[in-house]
Amino acid sequence: MRVAEAWRVALDALRANRLRSALTMLGVIIGVASVVLLVAIGTGTKQKVEQQVEGLGSNLLLVVPGRIEVGNAPVVSPLTLKDVDAVTRVVGDPDRVAVTVASGATARAGARSDFTTVQGVLETTPAVFTRSLARGRYLTGTDVDTSRRVAVLGDSVAHALFPDRDPLGQQVALAGVRFRVIGVFAPLGQSLGVDRDDEVHVPVTAAQRLWGTQRVDGIAVKAPDRERIDELGERIVAELNRRHPDTEFSAVTQQQILGVLGDILGVLTGVLAAIAGISLLVGGVGVSNIMLVSVRERTREIGLRKAVGARPRDIGVQFLLEAVLLTTIGGLTGMALGVGTALLVDALSPIPAAITWWSLALAFGVSAVVGIVFGVVPAQRAGRLDPVVALRTE
Amino acid sequence: MTEPAVADRPAGERVPAIEAVDVSRTYQLDGVSVEALRGVSLTVQPGDYVALVGPSGSGKSTLMHLLGGLDRPTGGRLVIGGRDVNALAPPEMATLRNETIGFVFQAFHLLPRTSAVENVALPLVYRGVSARQRRERAAAMLGRVGLGHRLDHRPNQMSGGEQQRVAIARALVTEPTVLLADEPTGNLDSVTGAAVLELLEQLNAESGVALVMVTHDQEVAARAHRRITMRDGVVVADSAHPRSAHDRPPSVDHGRPATLVPAPSAEPRSASGSGPGHPSGGSGGAAGATGRLPREVERPEALPRDAVPGDAVAREGGAGAREVERPGGAA
Ligand SMILES: Nc1ncnc2c1ncn2[C@@H]1O[C@H](COP(=O)(O)OP(=O)(O)OP(=O)(O)O)[C@@H](O)[C@H]1O
Ligand SMILES: [Mg+2]
Repeated sequence: MRVAEAWRVALDALRANRLRSALTMLGVIIGVASVVLLVAIGTGTKQKVEQQVEGLGSNLLLVVPGRIEVGNAPVVSPLTLKDVDAVTRVVGDPDRVAVTVASGATARAGARSDFTTVQGVLETTPAVFTRSLARGRYLTGTDVDTSRRVAVLGDSVAHALFPDRDPLGQQVALAGVRFRVIGVFAPLGQSLGVDRDDEVHVPVTAAQRLWGTQRVDGIAVKAPDRERIDELGERIVAELNRRHPDTEFSAVTQQQILGVLGDILGVLTGVLAAIAGISLLVGGVGVSNIMLVSVRERTREIGLRKAVGARPRDIGVQFLLEAVLLTTIGGLTGMALGVGTALLVDALSPIPAAITWWSLALAFGVSAVVGIVFGVVPAQRAGRLDPVVALRTE
Repeated sequence: MTEPAVADRPAGERVPAIEAVDVSRTYQLDGVSVEALRGVSLTVQPGDYVALVGPSGSGKSTLMHLLGGLDRPTGGRLVIGGRDVNALAPPEMATLRNETIGFVFQAFHLLPRTSAVENVALPLVYRGVSARQRRERAAAMLGRVGLGHRLDHRPNQMSGGEQQRVAIARALVTEPTVLLADEPTGNLDSVTGAAVLELLEQLNAESGVALVMVTHDQEVAARAHRRITMRDGVVVADSAHPRSAHDRPPSVDHGRPATLVPAPSAEPRSASGSGPGHPSGGSGGAAGATGRLPREVERPEALPRDAVPGDAVAREGGAGAREVERPGGAA
């Protein structure tokens, strides 16, 4: 039998049993659609996080105690503002150095309260990181030098505490101490499920006094250019090591952060794809199951075909093609469904989704392979049927 | 109408279409062996018209499956179209069936949801004939069986008689040398059955395809040019070899009956050599066959229960035939 003929026979058989073919395909459709959708969500999330990390500002160098590695516990920082001065001397430009000392605290305004992150910072923060204000002004050098109790609210905090009032000039109590609102940040949105607008910036000196500490959690440096960023990092780490011989320090660039985040998100995407892959596998088992039923049901047809001259191979190829057709048609439909759903999710929900060609190719390839793998056993069984026995079957 | 066919025959006289020598077939059923055939020897010549009769369970269908290359003997030698089936692999057997054999089954075995013309064209699919040629040849064949106006009907849109005609067209579209029909009228009422039978005879006469037909109907069997009677897995009578048939005692348990039936060595004397009149044997000959046709058509009035198609009737017919079988075989 010619190959083109075999395709036609297989297609006819599927058409003759439309409902069953459709139901069998459903398993593959769902499997492929979920592979495409979940990989799209994983990829979309990764892209968005990358955008955000890059959006922090360019040529950033983050200096923290301890090692930056996945799974490492944070280290209590031995850094103080004196160390920040030392780093500033290494960098040579105070405007390029930012610091943070952060802690969770309840912010209260009148009857309303919001648990948020209070960050003690220098006035350099908007220049080092890319942050812009929606209203008011940011902290000044004087605010920092005099430990003035003034605060800049993140968009979420502002909405939570002052839903119907202008927060500028109002009082907020942070951990029970009153601060005056001087500015509100422009919203940033979500990142990895974290609300980036849920924070309050106050002068680092005021924050240290609030918590009764000299500590600084981390230092951020905006390097003058990308080429010398690694070298600058090494010099800063060397200086800090000299000052604190017992502690290890790391200076990481955005590229390194992206690398680590990329690894995490890559694993996440992989896990999602694997889960979806399992459903595709289940769909494949369904195909196998239906093909076995189909072979049994069409035993007489097989017997008749053999009687009129079909070779075992002709019968086997026919059933194998049927299985492959089921999974590839199901695969194409699933791809369309997955792409459509991903586009909808991306447009209508906060979850980002991005279609990648490799996921489409993979899903389609896998569905075709699933058809072959799960079609082989039923096809062989059909090919080996004894025509006399087959014709006698009711 | 059989005369011209007989005149056509000499062409195929030399090479038998099928030759079985001491063929046996034993089934293994839950550890018990069932001897369905116990040494059958016979030769089918091109153009033959053979009726295969015998009580139910005597091995007629088993023998038909072997003759058609659907099954393999467990003993003996079977040569179909000049090829020894013992030396053939399954794909070669399939090709052999496709090229030399046409089957007509009691249950029609048409593909459902498939048009008549496509059903008929099916064997050509496995020959690699192009779709256009297939349709042409299948349509022509349907025309020959009187269904030129039913090309695109599905089996469920056709009567039993029409379905069997489609099956006959399918069996003949490949121009085989042998047409094997196992109770082709078994599922049909007697009027329709008679018409189908007449068609088979006509095709046998016109195209020279050998017709081997299992039947439980004595009158049908009487119309064949040759009658082979089976019992308990052996041939007990073959009208092509009346002497050996008469020599057979009714109960055949000692000795291999097949050895007494002259098969390949007796080629010149076999059916093809029996001559137009075919008067020998107990079958009544060709003249009787043509004369009996009208009576056959009248039978439904006489025996209305036969008019109900289906398995039950087929089995009942078998039981009835068994009773008539003994005098018929002994005659
Ligand atoms: N697949 C099988 N397995 C076991 N025994 C079988 C098988 N096929 C046939 N037989 C046995 O072989 C014997 C001959 O069967 P077969 O079908 O050839 O009879 P038959 O002459 O065609 O009968 P009928 O007139 O009822 O169709 C029977 O005893 C039957 O039970
Ligand atoms: Mg039978």
